[in-house]
Amino acid sequence: MSDKNINIKVKVWRQVDANDKGRFETYEVNNVSTDSSFLEMMDVMNESLVQQGKEPVAFDHDCREGICGMCSLFINGRAHGPDTLITTCQLHMRKFKDSQTITVEPWRAKGFPVIKDLIVDRTAFDKILHAGGFVSVNTGNAPDANAIPISKPAADEAMDAASCIGCGACVATCKNSSAMLFVAAKVSQLALLPQGKIEAARRAKAMVAKMDDLGFGSCSNTGACEMECPKGISLSNIARLNREYLVANVTD
Amino acid sequence: MGRFYNSSIGKKFFVSITGLFLMAFLLVHLGVNSLLMFDDTGELFNQAAHFMGSNPIMKVIEPILGIGFILHIVYALIVQIVNWTKRPVKYSKWDQKESSSWASRNMIYLGAIVLIFLGIHLVNFFFKIKFGTVAPITYADGVKMHNSYALVAELFKNCTAIDVLYVLGGIFLGLHLNHGFWSAFQTIGWSNNDWRKKLELVGSIYALIIAIGFSIIPLYFLIKF
Ligand code: HEM
Ligand code: SF4
Ligand code: FES
Repeated sequence: MSDKNINIKVKVWRQVDANDKGRFETYEVNNVSTDSSFLEMMDVMNESLVQQGKEPVAFDHDCREGICGMCSLFINGRAHGPDTLITTCQLHMRKFKDSQTITVEPWRAKGFPVIKDLIVDRTAFDKILHAGGFVSVNTGNAPDANAIPISKPAADEAMDAASCIGCGACVATCKNSSAMLFVAAKVSQLALLPQGKIEAARRAKAMVAKMDDLGFGSCSNTGACEMECPKGISLSNIARLNREYLVANVTD
Repeated sequence: MGRFYNSSIGKKFFVSITGLFLMAFLLVHLGVNSLLMFDDTGELFNQAAHFMGSNPIMKVIEPILGIGFILHIVYALIVQIVNWTKRPVKYSKWDQKESSSWASRNMIYLGAIVLIFLGIHLVNFFFKIKFGTVAPITYADGVKMHNSYALVAELFKNCTAIDVLYVLGGIFLGLHLNHGFWSAFQTIGWSNNDWRKKLELVGSIYALIIAIGFSIIPLYFLIKF
């Protein structure tokens, strides 16, 4: 990979705190290596802001290897920027052109209020999980690995659903700010397994009720969430959630 | 159960089942209407329309259909209005070209166009036939019935603007259903990775049949006569 440097303009959302109205500011970032990641470019930008005596842009990040889901940036109109199956930390600057203006915004959703600059409050996701995203089991020794047989297809689908990292890109990209893909993944990873089936009805009802309460919209099945999800969580999980929820309401 | 009616999934459930019912109705409606093109004397269509209008099953289905339309529109509107409030601060840049279809994002506008068309359509035919300003006709079997064929043929032969309107109506309805068909099944949970591809394909074929089917009838009268 040839090492090329580009000069860009970053139009970024600045907001002092939750009460501030917020505004865009544009910064020039020069000599950015196309081999660097988007977050490294943000670091370079922040370095220079600090040198100019300005407040650096606050953004969430942690693992920088695509597994924690913290790096929630809405870049040029897309969650995690112009690439698929990646988080922002895995987005490369080679996806951008020299002298391009890149717009960077926080996740925009009623359920995810902005805390500062590009950082949003995603505790709504934790609250949804607290409502039902668990199995109630007695603690003790780990059970024998093969004591409960699980078919290969069910195990695979549950594992795929479990790969959701709770990043919120699904909400951010959805025209309705719907959290259905996230909730569907969290319901599916348990509903597919015998251990999770016992509480399936209660779980589906509690998590959907929580999701509705916390300000997320409903699903129009546009499929945008699936396309922008860094883990490729399938829309079929939403069909399963709908099924689980309807059955739960019919059976009691 | 009260919770269900107010939940996001519950409300979508009603949009879906009413939508499925309306889609079934559209097939029957198109089936009967296509007879307009197979007998230029009009007897075939008039007999079929008379049969549909006079048999007891249809008498039951007609009000259900009306209610189906109303419920679909009311629930779809509620869902949409609630969804409009879920992003209080908008993005300055929002790019969905690669992630979702245009129709899926604009169901409310496509639906609104279909609704306007539906109003005009009812004024053109349904109300006239129902509340009787249509000339009667009697065939060999002695049964007196509305000459609905004459009403339709008259309008479609002479008024190009109406023809264009009906073609557009067919196209927008087709777009609504190109997304709506598979979406309705997804909403009631009747989909998975395999079924999704099949449902999307069948949905596109269905939407195409509806759009072309309903467009071709006014064009037939416009071009042939
Ligand atoms: C013959 C007429 C119609 C048929 C057959 C039809 C059919 C459908 C179907 C099958 C769906 C998918 C349901 C789902 O996503 O689960 C749908 C969605 C929808 N329909 Fe209709 N529809 C018709 C007329 C209308 C009208 C007149 C409106 C007026 C406002 C409307 C508004 C909507 C909206 C907004 C949605 C999407 C709701 C959402 O997911 O956000 N439709 N329709
Ligand atoms: S479903 Fe995908 S996009 Fe949504 S939170 Fe999970 S990993 Fe992120
Ligand atoms: S920083 Fe952890 S996924 Fe990007």
